[in-house]
Amino acid sequence: MKHLLSTRDLDVDRAVTLLDTAEEFQSVANRQVPKLPTLRGVTMVNLFFEDSTRTRLSFEAAAQRLSADIMTFQVQGSSVSKGESLKDTAQTLEAMGADIIVIRHPASGAAATLAHSGWVGSSIINAGDGAHEHPTQALLDAMTLRQRFHAQPRGALLTGLSVVIVGDIVHSRVARSNVFLLTTLGASVTLVAPPALMPQGVEDWPVAHTHDLDHAIDGGPDAVMMLRVQRERMGDGALISHKDYVRNYSLTVGRADRLPASSIVMHPGPMNRGVEIASQVADSSRSVILDQVRNGVSVRMAALYELRGGGA
Amino acid sequence: MTSYLISGAELPGGARGDLAISDGCFVDPKDVSGKKGTVVVDASGLVALPGLVDLHTHLRQPGQEQAETILSGSQSAALGGFTAVHAMANTDPVADTPGITDAVARMGREAGYVTVRPVGAITKGLAGQELSAMAAMASGSAAVRVFSDDGKCVHDSLVMRRALEQAKALDAVVAQHAQDPRLTVDAQMNEGALSSRLGLTGWPAVAEESIIARDVLLAEYVGARLHVCHLSTAGSVDVIRWAKKRGISVTAEVTPHHLLLTEDLVAGFDPLFKVNPPLRTTEDTIALREALAEGVIDIVATDHAPHPSESKECAFGEAAFGMLGLEMALPVVIETLVKPGLMSWSDVARVLSSAPAAIGSLGGYDAPLAVGSQAHLTLVDASAVSLSPRGSLSSNNPYPENALPGRVMFTFHHGVATVAGGELVAAHVVSAGRHA
Repeated sequence: MKHLLSTRDLDVDRAVTLLDTAEEFQSVANRQVPKLPTLRGVTMVNLFFEDSTRTRLSFEAAAQRLSADIMTFQVQGSSVSKGESLKDTAQTLEAMGADIIVIRHPASGAAATLAHSGWVGSSIINAGDGAHEHPTQALLDAMTLRQRFHAQPRGALLTGLSVVIVGDIVHSRVARSNVFLLTTLGASVTLVAPPALMPQGVEDWPVAHTHDLDHAIDGGPDAVMMLRVQRERMGDGALISHKDYVRNYSLTVGRADRLPASSIVMHPGPMNRGVEIASQVADSSRSVILDQVRNGVSVRMAALYELRGGGA
Repeated sequence: MTSYLISGAELPGGARGDLAISDGCFVDPKDVSGKKGTVVVDASGLVALPGLVDLHTHLRQPGQEQAETILSGSQSAALGGFTAVHAMANTDPVADTPGITDAVARMGREAGYVTVRPVGAITKGLAGQELSAMAAMASGSAAVRVFSDDGKCVHDSLVMRRALEQAKALDAVVAQHAQDPRLTVDAQMNEGALSSRLGLTGWPAVAEESIIARDVLLAEYVGARLHVCHLSTAGSVDVIRWAKKRGISVTAEVTPHHLLLTEDLVAGFDPLFKVNPPLRTTEDTIALREALAEGVIDIVATDHAPHPSESKECAFGEAAFGMLGLEMALPVVIETLVKPGLMSWSDVARVLSSAPAAIGSLGGYDAPLAVGSQAHLTLVDASAVSLSPRGSLSSNNPYPENALPGRVMFTFHHGVATVAGGELVAAHVVSAGRHA
């Protein structure tokens, strides 16, 4: 595997291999010295054109545990007009020795452009491109689901699991990556959003969709994934009123109580407590939010490892 | 000036025949045949078309000479078989005063390859608020007859009404870039299942169709002529068809890329395929082809939009909109309309020459190839494979190499050869030819 750009590119075998590798690496975290020499001499660059401390730190932790060298390039302001182009930045970093470039960019397709333009020869990991994809987030979500619903996660699929994803689907790269990965692994996915936040043409996606969260909750899903609400998209009248959103699409205690006992609650973070998710729900025993964070490091270790040739 | 005898060309009607050029005009072949100095062009196997006229060209000068100049754009036009282009107003400074439009026309004459007809801006600075000096531009030496804010939509209904009224008084036409700005904030590609999957903000068809619907009603109300730029959707075709049936004085253009290319090309995020309005669906391309063949759409116009490489070597969302068009327009028309039998060569002559000239009030194209008419002529080898664009300073060509039919072998602008044997004639030779 040369690049990790999109979960849509992952077939079942590739996805399961990544998840199994991540399980393998998870055990490292529990050691007294949580470090492997696997990627010694390999340089990973975090190229972030958008603020995301969590994702950046997660990749750094993953690289550290595999003994890779780390460089970080945080760009303030993203557009070409504000400074150096994506092409020049990437070529500069490669000239400094980057083997793997982890890119976060506000423009959809930026990671694919970097991988396919011929500007650089480095491996590219998409750490979130616009509203397109965020494949390592979906992998960590799948890993969390597998752990929760399979006593023996290794080799397992998600066949038969039902997952509800709620919120700003149209602008969410997390939602897109999860739709493709979770369905590839056999789960059934239902998207829940108000009309303005549901993508055009969603009927062509391999998912169910509804504007009614209560209806989706009453279907008894195995997992409910709440997406972060971008406050700047609310309240200007163009999309939906903030009050309506909270009333109809927030995972309140009342809604969470109607879920089956075994159901879990997920969130990619950072959360807006009291907006898309009630504080008590976020802190309840259903919540696997910190498992997701933990698994994020393992999944990113697996991605770095597979990009450098894996077990081969 | 050199006299030419063009022998054995296939004329638009289908017959084979000879054409002759002398002193800038078509003459009876008998008048030049056998005379000393007459250059004989063997045109057997070539189709003779009247010189092509583009109603929608971005020459980028003044202001963006790294992308294109009036000279390089004229050369690209000649290589594409064009003898006249209409230079859009979105230059820097904007062509919103006679000082600019007259200068553009003059630089076009100096370049000499094609007639450059400046398009005047409808509003000052293309800001959509205050009408530009339309009358002054119309009465300047460039005699502007087409006004457009192309690149931006005149979306304020009152401004559009006043522009139509003013254009009517000047016997000019308003060419609208139909795009509701509020429905297309940050829009990157056609809105639909694909844009949703790619996470690119959609440009819905209704943003074009709703403006066209409003504008045809305004044109009817004030009794003015309206021209709609780069129609891109099947729904827009329906609106234009309705308006024409109602007797509204509206004309419409389609670009080569909207006839051939579809949104699927965007799936790889290659900014070469980023254009405004965006590439649409296969159903739209079929509707546009049929509408052109039927006459609902009047003309093909290139929307030739050169951009320097750095404007395309970036993420899709950061890239500039637009693609080259002058040198591939005729090949695309041959591929999409002539080859499938939807259009004859005389239809091609109409949609790429006489009709755009009529919309632009450009003289010299109303009796194509007839003795006494200005000698604007294109000879095309329809069986040869087209070459990639060579004339433009920019390289944002979206078409694959060696994939389309049709190579322009000769272009004559006002009796002067600008392309000969498939190659561009050097500038000093063109200039000498005009002054001989």
